[in-house]
Amino acid sequence: MNQILQFLINALSLGGLYALMALGLALIYGILRLVNFAYGELVMVGGYSLLLLGAGAWPWIIVAALSVLMVIATSLLLERVAFRPVRHASPTTMLITSFAVSTLLQNAAILFISPRHKAVATPAFFTENMQIGELLISKSNLVSLVVSLALLGLLTLFLRRTILGNALRAAADDFVMTRLLGVRANQVIATAFAISGGLAGVVSLFWIGRLGSVVPFVGLTPVLIAFVAAVIGGLESLTGAVVGGYLLGFLTVGLQLLLPQVLLDYRQAFVFAIVILVLLFRPQGLIGGNYSAERV
Amino acid sequence: MQVAARQFIPWLRRPTTLPWLVVPLVLLALAVDLSGGVVLQRIVTILFINLSLVLGLQMFMGNSGVVSFAHIGFMGIGAYASALFSMSPQAKAIALRDLYPALAQVQLPFILAVLVGAGIAALVAALVGFPLMRLSGAASVIATFAVLIIIHTVLVNWSQVTNGPRTLFGIEGYTTLWVSVAWGVAFVMLAYWFKGTPLGLKLRASRENAQAAASIGINIVVVRWVAFILSAFVAGVAGALWAHFITSFSPLAFYLTQTFLIITMLIIGGTGSVTGAVAGTLLVTALFEGLRSVENTINLAGWLPFTVSGFTEVCLSIALILILIFRPAGITGGQELRWPAREGR
Repeated sequence: MNQILQFLINALSLGGLYALMALGLALIYGILRLVNFAYGELVMVGGYSLLLLGAGAWPWIIVAALSVLMVIATSLLLERVAFRPVRHASPTTMLITSFAVSTLLQNAAILFISPRHKAVATPAFFTENMQIGELLISKSNLVSLVVSLALLGLLTLFLRRTILGNALRAAADDFVMTRLLGVRANQVIATAFAISGGLAGVVSLFWIGRLGSVVPFVGLTPVLIAFVAAVIGGLESLTGAVVGGYLLGFLTVGLQLLLPQVLLDYRQAFVFAIVILVLLFRPQGLIGGNYSAERV
Repeated sequence: MQVAARQFIPWLRRPTTLPWLVVPLVLLALAVDLSGGVVLQRIVTILFINLSLVLGLQMFMGNSGVVSFAHIGFMGIGAYASALFSMSPQAKAIALRDLYPALAQVQLPFILAVLVGAGIAALVAALVGFPLMRLSGAASVIATFAVLIIIHTVLVNWSQVTNGPRTLFGIEGYTTLWVSVAWGVAFVMLAYWFKGTPLGLKLRASRENAQAAASIGINIVVVRWVAFILSAFVAGVAGALWAHFITSFSPLAFYLTQTFLIITMLIIGGTGSVTGAVAGTLLVTALFEGLRSVENTINLAGWLPFTVSGFTEVCLSIALILILIFRPAGITGGQELRWPAREGR
């Protein structure tokens, strides 16, 4: 029983982070059909913000809040400078633009900060454990579990109860129709990038906190995870991205327990093989949404 | 005599592309060979290997309009597979201790090892490629990206044949300047010829309008699949040439950094034409080497209190973004170099 609880908490906490990542990716994809490779670099920006702002004497919570704001600002800046000019180009052009932006940010970090790992100060709760009955739970897992659930809840409220949120969902569903109904494209897209940046910012707090250091290539794993989760759940559906994230969290923690070490090394290969299979046999993802192939 | 001249002169006047691509390339190689600079020769050898890679990618991406991130993976397969077949048993005993006995004693001549390596890359492409050819747009990008990651994971973990994440060493340096030039030029011809074959035409039709192409009986999946295999073979050859030029390397050489470089070359030049592939490779190599030497000069002179790295990549990615914004079809705009220009037709 304890083991099951332990497993649940670990899986839910990891899955929560993955869900946030996937949601940030799916939100942009839904509206712009842009597969944002540079999404991982937003996590990197969050990490470096933590590093640079953490050098002062501010309490961690303020540093964290400022870092998230930095990531949101970066996300908005990228939208304005790089993605808006190619918005009407083919999806291929947009995609390669995001790939270029990703390389640009990574190498800017190498150039202006350092190619090496830099230790980031993390608050005590990242290393402490908590005893509940017979359960030994890491506090950071509990915090990320709660934070991700709270964020998902807030986001659901925003998307369902506010006008802007409804416009966003409508745009993700059918952008052309939404614009015809008088919704301003720039506003909706900027909001989507801001939310996506905010999610990446929150993810970076926990991701960098777990690693304890930041390096220019730190964004690669998060963006890959976001890809996988979003594809499994359904790239075109926001619910799908969240479900995909939690599913991947459970899968990761589960495989860690079940697979022998030899196969564990190949885990990434297995996970991406699953991605290919999903794309082939259920391109709309497990949850679905209104996927349809282009019609004449 | 007069008859011959009457046939010869119109033939001369016919607009041609290939000589205008091939002759300057060969002249460039000749000039570099005669100049005798070792550094320059290395740069140009790599240039022709990269040209082969870019052409391989162009044959698939340019004609089908489907983006592939998997090709650097096929380059890696070509590199490792050809090395396995060209290394001497003694070198293998030192570099690959856990190699399967069946492979330990095999040694093929260089040219055969290159072909076998490329053949294995093409085989892998054929196996994983067929189901993927149904996809297009974002799905195909993510799927080919997944293929790249799977190949990378296997290269990193299959220590028996790749020495794992560590460096594989002990490969003979067979690739000379003229070997890479010969393959590069051959691939320019191949890519140009391929565009005009019935298969190439079908592929380009499917790029322009998939539904219309399908409606006149083109089997898009099969057409793309054949092109994918062919282009993976070219990428495999390039990998094999690279392996026998660099002589020691790790799986990290066949991952995102190289992918970025090759895609940058192709996009800046223009995916739609062979001229674009050639122009992009030349231009980006010139940019790359120029910026690198700026970096090195700054670092050697110690003008700055820290070592500069990443500057080259920052400039290249900005150049790529600018091209994508202002000239998404590349500097050639998808056109082939033609001279004399076609008259009012």
